[in-house]
Amino acid sequence: MRVLGRRFVFYLITALAAITVDFFIPRLMPGNPVEAILARLQGQITPGTIKALEAQFGVQTKEGIFGQYLQYLSNILHGNFGISTGYYPSTVASVIKSALPWTLGLVGVATVISFVLGTLVGVLVAWRRGSWLDNVLPAMTFFQAAPYFFVAFLALELFAAKLGWFPTGRAYNQLDFPAFNLSFAGDVLSHAVLPALTIVVCSAAGWIVGMRNVMVTTMDEDYVLVAQAKGLSRNRVVWYAARNAILPSVSGFSLAIGFVVSGALLTEIVFSYPGVGWILLQAVNNRDYPLLQGIFLIITFTVLAANLAADFVYVLLDPRTRQEA
Amino acid sequence: MSASTDFGTGSAMGAPGAEVPEPAAPGTGPARARGFQLPRSPKIIIGLVTLAFFFVIAVIGPWIAPYAPGASLSTTNGVPQPPSSAHWLGTTQLQQDVFSQLLVGGRSMVLVAFLSGAIATVVSVVVGVSAGFLSGVADDLLSMLANFFLVLPALPLLIVIFGFLPASGGSNDLLIGLIIAITGWAWGARVLRAQTLSLRTRDYVDSARLVGERTWRIIGHEILPNLLPIVASSFLFTVLYAVGTYTAMAFLGLVNPVHWSWGTMLFWAQSANAEISGYWWWYLPPGLAVAFLGTSLALLNFGIDEFINPRLRAAGLTRKRVKRYAAGPVPRRFPLGLTPVVRLREGERS
Repeated sequence: MRVLGRRFVFYLITALAAITVDFFIPRLMPGNPVEAILARLQGQITPGTIKALEAQFGVQTKEGIFGQYLQYLSNILHGNFGISTGYYPSTVASVIKSALPWTLGLVGVATVISFVLGTLVGVLVAWRRGSWLDNVLPAMTFFQAAPYFFVAFLALELFAAKLGWFPTGRAYNQLDFPAFNLSFAGDVLSHAVLPALTIVVCSAAGWIVGMRNVMVTTMDEDYVLVAQAKGLSRNRVVWYAARNAILPSVSGFSLAIGFVVSGALLTEIVFSYPGVGWILLQAVNNRDYPLLQGIFLIITFTVLAANLAADFVYVLLDPRTRQEA
Repeated sequence: MSASTDFGTGSAMGAPGAEVPEPAAPGTGPARARGFQLPRSPKIIIGLVTLAFFFVIAVIGPWIAPYAPGASLSTTNGVPQPPSSAHWLGTTQLQQDVFSQLLVGGRSMVLVAFLSGAIATVVSVVVGVSAGFLSGVADDLLSMLANFFLVLPALPLLIVIFGFLPASGGSNDLLIGLIIAITGWAWGARVLRAQTLSLRTRDYVDSARLVGERTWRIIGHEILPNLLPIVASSFLFTVLYAVGTYTAMAFLGLVNPVHWSWGTMLFWAQSANAEISGYWWWYLPPGLAVAFLGTSLALLNFGIDEFINPRLRAAGLTRKRVKRYAAGPVPRRFPLGLTPVVRLREGERS
């Protein structure tokens, strides 16, 4: 429990640091941020835009930088991320709120599938080493190295444009009114297949390679040899080895989840999926800085929460962490 | 006293590259033989050859490109033309030559990737080795810094930084590489810290300390040479990361869209819906180029991993080779002290 407490404090500090970074980046850039943004917006300016930006960056206030920082912190704590210039007069919070469920659903499900699938395949490849399964590794290297959105391009062209098995984008048919019935659920599902497949294929590669490498090392441990010598069934032996080999995968989760989320955001863009990735692109295109900053914070908080969950699982899996040293 | 006296897991580590100081092994020695053994792995050979190819493209690409990458070559229609003898990889919607864009775009890609890999590696060595060697409060602070950057999702952070960059910064390769390096050094630092911690307590380091060697000499001559494979591995990892990140940034349109790279090509293809309209010649070449550049780096990294951890290498044996090895004497491929455990599959066990 103390381990988890310490991790929790660390994530809290990290979240605070992320907020601080978010606060200072626009202020560190040369010149007045509002003027710089207005120069880049080039004509798409409304009085509302200027007001929103000035409020965001504290240009018209008399407060010092520290006062602004405290104000910013308190705003964030109250869920107030400012006003979107691109979706004016919507608040950043409401824009993100409408997009977040789609991303959480898509990325969450895809991540779980890819982790489970990747781990299982990794175990299999390690156990059957020397067989044809070793040829899986170079292919995995390719998918590990290929950008997510490029794989998304391929999936889109092949399965949606050429074969017509799946729709070419969006989360549901626009003619279909969102409702809680079976046909709408099926519609959402068929729209989610390709993006999810892309994320699974790309991210599973990492899990497979990681799991296989640790598993190969674990299989040479004495206790695996003993288990075999005792005549335990093969599945039992694999289970004992895999249980130990999975630990680095879980503890390496923090590194991986960042990659997966980043890749998933880009995948959403290719599929015009109305999640956070899509509004991120809109924010970039409209130079909607308050929205950009809000998205950064929300994604950071979500990733930190996922990390905390992974740490929790790790403590459950590895009794050594529960022991006070 | 030198790196070569340490026969543990670390024994394989001092080998690659001539810059490893080998005072105790004059001329001959297993270390030198091992140094030459590294390129024999097919993974490393394929990786090196592919990487060399991309380097050549990066250097000569802009010179041999048949057209200017941004030039509209005909104004007759606004439909991308498929590959032809005039345009080997077809044209874009603006009738720009895709092949020329591909050749020109390689330079910026390779430059940014290796630049940011180099910067991030220097930072990670400094932070990681200091943290591992100093311990105490300094270690805690440096580790915390590294962990902070590790859990922070890099892409959104980079988007915020790039978004606020003045317009001129979006086409400066040096600046782009530097910014990507900020988010890419943490993993290497963490791995290097862990390895330094383990090396610090080895006997040969202790004896160096007892002899009265200065700290910097111990770090430079006893610790660093043994970290080289890990440094190389984390360098390749960071370059791979930079390739993906730079492509993503350009794809999002955060890099100046006329600053040609493979990412900007994908940006233009995506904004013209090339993937739905079936203009495969437009997005496939830059996408494959990025993927193969990444694959070559990952293969090299694999090779180094197998070098560091021989068990992974033994696992690469095919059934036929396993049988042959099992029958004959100990194969010369495996250097002394690194004899791998070759496990036979069931049924082959006598």
